[in-house]
Amino acid sequence: MIYGKNQALKNVTARFARGAVGLLGPNGAGKSTMLKSLLGFVKPDHGKMSVLGLDVAASPLEIRSRIGYMPENDAHIPGMTAVAFVAYCGELAGLPAVDAMQRAHEVLYYVGLGEARYRNIETYSTGMKQRIKLAQALVHDPDLLFLDEPTNGMDPKGRDEMLELVHDLGHNKNVSLILSSHLLPDVEYTCDHVIVMDKGQIAAQGPIEELKGPAGRVFELRIKGDLAAFIDVLRGAGMECHSTEADVMRVFVPHGTDGVERDQRAIFALAARHGAQVRHLRPSIPTLEDVFAKALGEQ
Amino acid sequence: MPIHDQSYRRYRGHRSALGRSWLVIASAGIKQTIKKRVFLGLLLMGWFQFIGRAIAIWLASNMPQTAPLLAPTAETFRDFLDKQGFFVFVVTIYIGAGLIANDRRANALQIYLSKPLLRTEYIAGKAAILFTFLMMVTWVPAILLLFVQVMFTGSFAFLKANLFLFPAITVASLLQVVLATFTMLALSSLSKSSRYVAVLYAGILFFSAAIYGAMYAITGGNTSFSYLSLSANLSQVCDVIFRLPPRYTTPWPVSFTVILGLIVLSISVLERRVRGVEVVT
Repeated sequence: MIYGKNQALKNVTARFARGAVGLLGPNGAGKSTMLKSLLGFVKPDHGKMSVLGLDVAASPLEIRSRIGYMPENDAHIPGMTAVAFVAYCGELAGLPAVDAMQRAHEVLYYVGLGEARYRNIETYSTGMKQRIKLAQALVHDPDLLFLDEPTNGMDPKGRDEMLELVHDLGHNKNVSLILSSHLLPDVEYTCDHVIVMDKGQIAAQGPIEELKGPAGRVFELRIKGDLAAFIDVLRGAGMECHSTEADVMRVFVPHGTDGVERDQRAIFALAARHGAQVRHLRPSIPTLEDVFAKALGEQ
Repeated sequence: MPIHDQSYRRYRGHRSALGRSWLVIASAGIKQTIKKRVFLGLLLMGWFQFIGRAIAIWLASNMPQTAPLLAPTAETFRDFLDKQGFFVFVVTIYIGAGLIANDRRANALQIYLSKPLLRTEYIAGKAAILFTFLMMVTWVPAILLLFVQVMFTGSFAFLKANLFLFPAITVASLLQVVLATFTMLALSSLSKSSRYVAVLYAGILFFSAAIYGAMYAITGGNTSFSYLSLSANLSQVCDVIFRLPPRYTTPWPVSFTVILGLIVLSISVLERRVRGVEVVT
């Protein structure tokens, strides 16, 4: 995908699994371009894309009738009330007028705009506009949802509610979704799979749990004593060590070979045995942030 | 247990075939427009001429002494469409300026084009809104006037003698309406401000007429530069359609080519500007 001299997507080979998939990456990584390509808004210069088993270039309308798109920017049809707007979007997607109106009421209640559905959209707050964008994407009951930064500009409460809706859709309502976001917690909460993008390329992809690495616990550790020698000791005991700040390191303590969970006591035992003084020890859980940092670091 | 589950439900109903979205866009736009009282007032004013002409026809058919002055001829209908040009201008600006510009301002194109509809369907739907209202101030009253003439005189004699009037009114109205529709839609797709689009449309119309007026004055009354004016081109072709002597010396095929060229240019602008995403390179 080339915009002038800028190659927005290059050598991208990815497969989006069923369920909730996060499209993660820093701003400008190519996430929105990826979604817009899948929608057929922009045509790739090379390669092939397919959505729900249909070729994007050959069957764009069939694809769009089965997907819902929630754009990143503020987008609405001017001069309409919320219910008229959502019903109109339903009709555009092929629903009969009566069904579209009924679905509009239902999805507006579902996204939390039931009481405000007769208000003109132009009077809505930013959070409400995010919800109405989700409602218009849902009204025709798509098999696949494209959500581009759905929590943009929302207050913490609204953000939590939006994430709850996305989680519910992906996990309880049998709607597959692709959530594009630069916010790691959003993706981690709502998605099971992730595709990490950077500079127009795929940096990592797979189930989040798998990408987080093997079972075990992570600790932040600072010691007084011979640091290099103690790192060797930890590594000798099957632990992974990564330095973060000057004297703080992250230590990954894997489960024992028998599958039994090992904890900070294993580190304390090694420190006592080799005369190292533990000055700081804080538990940390492997997060998507680690996956993200690792993926971008490897790039 | 809740009486009514307000959670999300899957839809199992009927879905219409693809390719009918333009009708949805057109009907929604028409419904939204006729809710505006100002516009209804404007539309009503657009029919004043029809009422005046209908009264004249009634007088001519019921009071023979007024017939030489008021009896309709083919020129009456040509003149009727000519004068309705003012309402074509006003309705085009009032309805057309915001048709795409407002959608661009609100990023609605992303919403539209993420639905199963083609860009051509979107443009067709938007064009149908303006087209419908413009036909309501041109073709509909002109054709009705023809029927009023038959009704008031109680005779088909005039219609039989001027059978070409029906296709002439239709073609002349279509030319006027299609030109206004596509020119305005193209301009509307260029900006996010409907006011700017309205000024631009009026500017193009008046500027082209002013240039022709200047050339007319400079050349000492030579009308061969009438192709420079949009309205003059339209008048020239419409004269030919109504079998009247053309009012300018410019050959009518030249005027017709200018009109056709403008429509093609407008469609090409629309093709470039109506996209789901604005690609900045």
